[in-house]
Amino acid sequence: MKARVTVTLKNGVLDPQGKAIEGALKSFGLEGIGSVRQGKVFDIEVDTADKARAEALLKQACEKLLANTVVENYKVEVVG
Amino acid sequence: MRAAVITFPGINRQDDIARAFTLAGGEAVHAWHADTALPGGTDVVVLPGGFSYGDYLRCGAIAARAPIMDAVRAHAAKGGYVLAVCNGFQIACEAGLLPGVLMRNAGLKFVCRMQHLKVQRGDTDFTRHYQAGQVIEVCIAHGEGNYVTDDETLARLEGEGRVAFRYCDAAGDETKRNPNGSRNAIAGVYSENLRVLGMMPHPENLVESLVGGTDGLGLFQSLVKAA
Repeated sequence: MKARVTVTLKNGVLDPQGKAIEGALKSFGLEGIGSVRQGKVFDIEVDTADKARAEALLKQACEKLLANTVVENYKVEVVG
Repeated sequence: MRAAVITFPGINRQDDIARAFTLAGGEAVHAWHADTALPGGTDVVVLPGGFSYGDYLRCGAIAARAPIMDAVRAHAAKGGYVLAVCNGFQIACEAGLLPGVLMRNAGLKFVCRMQHLKVQRGDTDFTRHYQAGQVIEVCIAHGEGNYVTDDETLARLEGEGRVAFRYCDAAGDETKRNPNGSRNAIAGVYSENLRVLGMMPHPENLVESLVGGTDGLGLFQSLVKAA
């Protein structure tokens, strides 16, 4: 199965990279850009056809390595 | 006193810090990240600086899960000393040996320069060769040294006297010269039992007058005497 894990910074954690990107976008004169927070996306192939098992496995992967839960949140989506 | 300096792929300061221990009168041996046990008789585990795994994913994140780290955690759990410098500090935080996270510098730039620090207390096994409130000059070289914790953890660190060093200017003003945006200008923190020290600055660079000063030597002398 294919899955996508998204890791984002928790609210309130300073994101200087996001701020720099936000500044660059605004400098183009693009109307309507509010704020930017940068995160990470992992596309992962899982060797199981069981959706619940895949989700449990990826949750473990996030807790063990992919996210630092002190400052980051994660979301697991099994896309089939 | 025997220090075991652990090398991970991409670490590059292992020889400098081993040399600092030798200059201070200790013995330094090298250990490898894929080992599962520390060298016999290890008193101090050293996590040196560098760029383990190219800083991929998050600084120190992959090294923190290396095979040797179980032995390092066990060493710390039974009260052994751990000195974690720069990338080593990032590894120690990722490994759960110390609270907090080191995030991208607030100014987004890699900062490499001399830096004053204020020693917060002179009564730990890492700092007995210094006085509380003493200003020392060492160097820093990092892109991700912005120390972040939640408010509760920060209050606990402050309340328990677990801030080891703060960035400051030459006059000791801790509101000036914060190089990376760290909360409360924190440059280094202790574990609860004061046996694990993580710090971003490099004391091992300042151990000989020939190369710019000896303000870092006291840390190694303190440890050699204590361990």
